[in-house]
Amino acid sequence: MQKKTLSAKLLASPHIVWSVLFIIAPLIMVAYYSFTNADGNFTLENIKALSDYKEVFLNSIWYGILATIICLVVAYPTAYFIARSKLRVQSTMIMLVMLPMWTSLLVRTYSIMSLIENTGIINTFLEKIGIGPLQMINTPGAVVLGMVYDFLPFMILPIYSVLTKLDNKLVEAAHDLGASKVTVLAKVILPLSRSGILSGITMVFVPSVSTFYISQKLGGGNFALVGEVIEGQFVTSNNFNLGAALSLVLMVLILICMAIMNHFSGDEEESGGGLMP
Amino acid sequence: MSTKMNFSSKLYLGLVYFFLYAPIIVLVIFSFNASSSTSVISGFSFKWYSELFNDADTMNAIKNTLLIAIVSSVFATVLGTAAAVGIDRIKSKYVRSAIMNTTNIPMMNPEIVTGISLLLLFVFGAKLMGMKSVLGLQTLIIAHITFVLPYVILSVLPKLRQMDRHLSEAAMDLGCTPVKSFFKVVLPSIMPGILTGFIMAFTLSLDDFVISYFVSGPEWQTLPIRLFSMTKKRVKPDMYALSTLIFFAILVLLMLINFMQARGEKKKEKDR
Repeated sequence: MQKKTLSAKLLASPHIVWSVLFIIAPLIMVAYYSFTNADGNFTLENIKALSDYKEVFLNSIWYGILATIICLVVAYPTAYFIARSKLRVQSTMIMLVMLPMWTSLLVRTYSIMSLIENTGIINTFLEKIGIGPLQMINTPGAVVLGMVYDFLPFMILPIYSVLTKLDNKLVEAAHDLGASKVTVLAKVILPLSRSGILSGITMVFVPSVSTFYISQKLGGGNFALVGEVIEGQFVTSNNFNLGAALSLVLMVLILICMAIMNHFSGDEEESGGGLMP
Repeated sequence: MSTKMNFSSKLYLGLVYFFLYAPIIVLVIFSFNASSSTSVISGFSFKWYSELFNDADTMNAIKNTLLIAIVSSVFATVLGTAAAVGIDRIKSKYVRSAIMNTTNIPMMNPEIVTGISLLLLFVFGAKLMGMKSVLGLQTLIIAHITFVLPYVILSVLPKLRQMDRHLSEAAMDLGCTPVKSFFKVVLPSIMPGILTGFIMAFTLSLDDFVISYFVSGPEWQTLPIRLFSMTKKRVKPDMYALSTLIFFAILVLLMLINFMQARGEKKKEKDR
């Protein structure tokens, strides 16, 4: 009996070796490259150079927060209405939310791009009725729109999955005790859907802050976000060390943001729905 | 909490779905446009699709993408299933959560960080071994296995938890060897989880752009990388055609996952 469980445990060992080699070691490499120069000698140059990128980091975080807030405001009522609709319709509606989620983000970013281009379908229409053309692409608004469009389903789904699990008796009880609709929403439904809101925020904020193709395709390179700067260091400038330092800071910043969020959200640990269909 | 919806909530949902789907639908429509305009429709044609299929680079990229997706999802499914069985048997809470937290890192980390961290490892490894470059098919496959692994493990683990432990013990009491009882009892009952994990791994691998972009090297293009490089120049409908194809490929795979899960649930109800 003892031997049997031991050999079963050993089944996890290839995976453990794999994780050490290709998850832990690469992260150590990021730290190693951040503190060395091209010849492999220790240096703090890369870290010092980061101060030039303060604005880039602040911009990225600001756009990320903006996109996350818009997603939350749009997604919460969406998830709420879906959860309240008839069961038969619900599964179809959720499937329709999941479909874009699993479609290449690249494809979806392009679809937005083709709409708001200077020669795109919206501007052609605006020109015909004599308003346009308006400069929409290559503006900060376009980048935030791209983020919202790409990541909105990632906010709807986790909120929906907590709302469906919500016990309707609690809502009824609150009504019976004289609470108004607004009070029920603020005091019962919102607090109970907190875990879904939190996973939604994480799933929108992290990819928004770190994206590079959204700002490249919709922002036209007019204002750099950190993802684009990192990509540039690796693909065009070939300065792997500075790129590593930037990524290290990005990783730490995201960890700090998550920690702040978790701090304000209390100690609840249950997760609210994930990516899984 | 299902109740009847009123008009304004229906209108709201309609607007959100319009926002989600209008851009994709426009893209699909313009992929059949007879002219190269991306704003005026001048007739229906398959011109851009035939141009796409005659493009050697694109066809090559499709081949690469499928090869990488098949190899990495099969490998990740075997590795991940074995890992899930092992993790399920580990009693120590700390060891288990340490393994799970490490496994989940590629899911939590920004994709760009996963991509460049693997790139740095490969570059460093190449330097150690005195090679010029190792980037290519092998690094793409390693990277894909790494980021799809957590999804396989997370689909198999719940099935193991749901399983009745006594079944495999009974099989062994009746004379099965542990290996035989694993293949005859455990494997069939976790099969739905393994299949879901496999299809998910396959879909994610097919779809990945950011991580592949960094570890592919100059010679190996996957479909999403090809799509990305197409827009460096002017936007042309052949890119729309490629996007449409990718969209429908993912649509079919997603419906397959849904179908299998629905079937699994029905079977569970019957068994009750």
